[in-house]
Amino acid sequence: MSSEFAVLINGLTKRFGHVPALDGLDLDVRTGEVHGFLGPNGAGKTTALRVLLGLLRGDSGHAEILGSDPWRDAVALHRRLAYVPGDVTLWPTLSGGEAIDLLARLRGGIDPRRRATLIDRFDFDPTKKGRAYSKGNRQKVALIAALSADVELLLLDEPTAGLDPLMEAAFRECVAEERAAGRTVLLSSHILTEVEALCDRVTIIRAGRAVETGTLTQLRHLTRTSITAELAELPASLAGRPGVHDLAVNGNQVSFEVDAEHLDGVMRLISQAGLRSLICQPPTLEQLFLRHYQVSAS
Amino acid sequence: MIGTGVLVRLALRRDRLLLPVWILVIVAIPVAIASAIAELYPDVGQRLALGATMMANPALQALTGPIFDPASVGGLTAWRATTFAAVLAGLMSIMLVTRHTRAEEESGRAELIGAAPVGRYALPAAAVIVTGLANLLAALLLVAGLAGQGLPLAGSIAFAGAVAGMGLVFTGIAAVTAQLTANARTANALAVAVLGLFFLLRSAGDASGAEAVSWLSPLGWAQRIRAFADERWWLLAVFAAVAVLLVAGADLLARRRDIGAGLLAARRGPAAASASLRSPLALAWRLQRGMLFGWAAGFAVVGGVFGALAASVGDIVGDIPQIADMLARIGGAGVLVDTFFATQLGLFALVASGYAVQAASRPRAEETIGRAEPVLAASVPRWRWLAGHVACALAGSALILLIAGLAAGLAHGLRIGEPATQATRIAGAALAQVPAVWVLAGITVLLFGLLPRMTAVAWAFLVAFFLLGQLGELLQIDETIRRFSPFAHVPALPGGTATATPFVWLCLTTGVLIAAGVAGFGHRDLKSD
Ligand SMILES: Nc1ncnc2c1ncn2[C@@H]1O[C@H](COP(=O)(O)OP(=O)(O)OP(=O)(O)O)[C@@H](O)[C@H]1O
Ligand SMILES: [Mg+2]
Repeated sequence: MSSEFAVLINGLTKRFGHVPALDGLDLDVRTGEVHGFLGPNGAGKTTALRVLLGLLRGDSGHAEILGSDPWRDAVALHRRLAYVPGDVTLWPTLSGGEAIDLLARLRGGIDPRRRATLIDRFDFDPTKKGRAYSKGNRQKVALIAALSADVELLLLDEPTAGLDPLMEAAFRECVAEERAAGRTVLLSSHILTEVEALCDRVTIIRAGRAVETGTLTQLRHLTRTSITAELAELPASLAGRPGVHDLAVNGNQVSFEVDAEHLDGVMRLISQAGLRSLICQPPTLEQLFLRHYQVSAS
Repeated sequence: MIGTGVLVRLALRRDRLLLPVWILVIVAIPVAIASAIAELYPDVGQRLALGATMMANPALQALTGPIFDPASVGGLTAWRATTFAAVLAGLMSIMLVTRHTRAEEESGRAELIGAAPVGRYALPAAAVIVTGLANLLAALLLVAGLAGQGLPLAGSIAFAGAVAGMGLVFTGIAAVTAQLTANARTANALAVAVLGLFFLLRSAGDASGAEAVSWLSPLGWAQRIRAFADERWWLLAVFAAVAVLLVAGADLLARRRDIGAGLLAARRGPAAASASLRSPLALAWRLQRGMLFGWAAGFAVVGGVFGALAASVGDIVGDIPQIADMLARIGGAGVLVDTFFATQLGLFALVASGYAVQAASRPRAEETIGRAEPVLAASVPRWRWLAGHVACALAGSALILLIAGLAAGLAHGLRIGEPATQATRIAGAALAQVPAVWVLAGITVLLFGLLPRMTAVAWAFLVAFFLLGQLGELLQIDETIRRFSPFAHVPALPGGTATATPFVWLCLTTGVLIAAGVAGFGHRDLKSD
C-alpha cells in the first residue's frame, strides 16, 4: 500500500500561536508522479513541506511519507529523499562546491559524475564563497545537491524562484529525467507554465486546506470558456442561467464565461439568437488558478 | 543627513526593551556599590583600613585599578565601580553600533532602507546618535543616582563622565570595526578584542606599577579622572576628542566601500569539499574554528603578560615594611603570587565563559538564519547536529583556559627559573576552572532546547555570576545566593587544596543541563524567528 503513495496527508493541522497555517490539509502524491503544489502566498505550502521533513510537528491529523512517520523516522527517511528550500542561505566561509558536497554527504553520499554534469548544466561556479553568490546561484547550490542525490523522492519548494529562463529550462529537463528514472517529485511553485509543463497531477491549497486536486485534464474540465458574441437579439434566459458567469452586455454585444459542463446548452441558446460574430477563448489553467487565488483575497 | 531622524526612531523602537536594561545595569551597579560602602564602612577609620588591605593586594589592583582617596565613600566607590561601569558601557556601545549598522547590512534590511530616500550614511549616523544618546542618558542617571546617595556632585559628574566617555570611545571603535568586515559577528568580536586589550594594558600597568602603560588605555583614563579625589576634568575632553576622531575615521572608511561589502575583498574557495568535511561535527568545527583560534591567540598573549607580571607582585608589596611583616607571617611572597594567579585565573574563567556561551549559542544563529534546515533535512539526527556545536563549546573553552594557564605558567617560570614546573602547575590550576565554565555552556544549551527565543538570556546568567563573584563579598550578599554561581565552587588554585567533589557536581550539572537541552531540541519545531 505504501508503494502506491509517496506522500499521504489526511486532515493535517498546524498552528503557530493562534494562526492556523494548515487547517485539515489532504494531499496524496502517487509514487512516480510529478505533483504540483500550488496556492497563494501564505497558503501553507512551505509549512506542509516542513512537516513532511520532520522539521515541524503537525498538531493533529495524519502525515506519512514513503510509508513512514515523518517526525519519528526523520533520519532514516531523509536518506531516501532530497529537499530544496525556498530560501537558500549559505555558510559565508564555505564555497558553493563545499556546501554541495557537505549536504550530499550528510545524506549518505554523492555521485561525482552526476555532480559534475549538473554543475555544467546549471553553469555554476563552485569556487565562490557563500556571500558572493547571487540569489539564483544560491538556489543552484541546493538544486545541485538535491538532484545529484540518488533518492526516491524530491521535495522542491519554489526551486526556480530566481533562476533565469535558461536555467529554468535546464531545471525542467532535470525534472523530466527524474521522472523517467522513476522518482517522485513534489513541486511547490508559483510559475504556472512550469506546473503545466511538468506536473502529472496538481493540488491547489488555500488557507491551509486543499481546494482542488486532480490531473491537469481533470482540472481543465473545471475551467471556463470565455465567449464574446454579437447577437441580433438578447436571449432573456442568458442572465442567471446556471453555468454562466460575469455576464456583460454592451448593446448587441455580450461577453461572459461559461463552465465546461454547460457549454453545450449555452452555445445552443446563442446560436438561436441570431449570431453575427463569435470569439471563443479556450479554457486556461491560469484562469482556474486565479479564480481560486482570488477567493482567498476577498 | 536626510532620514536619520526616522532611523533613530526606528532604532529606539527596536531596542525599547534592550536599551533600558543595559542602562539600568550600568547605573545600578555603581549606585549599589556606593550604598554598600556607605553602609558597611560608615567611618573613616574603617574605610582607611579597607583601603590599606586592598592596596596591599596587587592582584586586586590588576582587576580594579588604584585607590585615589581611601578616606571617602566616593573615593572607594570610584575605585571599585569604575572598571565595571566603564566596561559595561563599552560593551553596550559595541553591541548597539554593530546591531544597527553591520548586522542590518548583513541581513539585507539596509538595502531596503538604502533604496528609500535616505542619505547614504544615514544608517551609521543613526546608530552613532542612538548609542551616544544611550550613553548620555546613562551618565545623567548615574549623576542623579550617586548624588542621590549623598556623594559630592562634582565627583558624581566626573565618574559618570568617565563611564559615558568610555561608551563614546567604543561607539567610535565599533563604528570602525563595523566598516572593516562584512560579518556582524566578526565586527563585534574585533571591537570586544580591542576592549580586552585595553583592559589588559590598564591591568598590567596597575599591577606592576608601570603608570605609562595604564595611560595607554581609555580604561586607565576612566580611573585617572580621579572622581571624588581632586578631579582631572581635562580627561573628559580627551574622551570626546578620541570618540570624534574615531567616528570621523569610520566615516572615511564607509565612503570607500559598497553597501554589504567589507574592506577586505572576498576570496575564492575550493571547488570541492575536502574528505574530512562530512559530518555535523566537521561542519561545526569548520564554522567555529576561526573564532576559537582568535580566542586562543588572545588568551595566550594575555596569559603570558600576566604570568610575566606575577613575580613583580611580590616585589612591590615587599617594599612596604608593615606588609612585608604580615607577608612573612602568612607564608612569604609565594602566597601572594599564588593569590595573584588564583584571582587572574578566576577572571580568565569568566571571560572563557563568554566564549562558551558564544559557541553554544551558534546553533541558535544557524537555526534563525535558515542554515540548520538543509542540514537537518539531510540525514542528520538533531542531537548529532547540536552535539557538534556543543563539543566545540566544551572543548574550546577547556583549550583556551589551558593555553592561558600554560602561557602564564611558562612566562612566570622563565622569570623565576623553573619553566616546566610552573607551566604544569598554573595550567593545572587553569583547568580547575573548566567545569564551572562548562555550566554556562550547559545553561545555553538548555535555553536553546527548551526556550530557543531566550537563548541570549545565557549572557544574563554570565553577568549575574560575574557580579556575585566580584561584588558578592563587598555587598555582603547571602552565602546561599552566592553559591548559585558555579564559580563559587571552584577551589582557589594554585595554592589552595582541592577535592574531587565540586568538580564532579559541576560536571554532573553540566551533563544534566545539556541532556535536557538536547532532549528539548529533539521534541520541538524548528523556529526560524
Ligand atoms: N514560524 C512561523 N511562525 C508563525 N507563523 C508562521 C510561521 N511559519 C509560517 N507561518 C504562517 O503560516 C502560514 C503559512 O505559511 P507558509 O510559509 O507555509 O506559506 P506558503 O504557502 O509557503 O507561502 P509562499 O507562497 O509565500 O511561500 C502563513 O500565514 C504564515 O504567516
Ligand atoms: Mg513558501
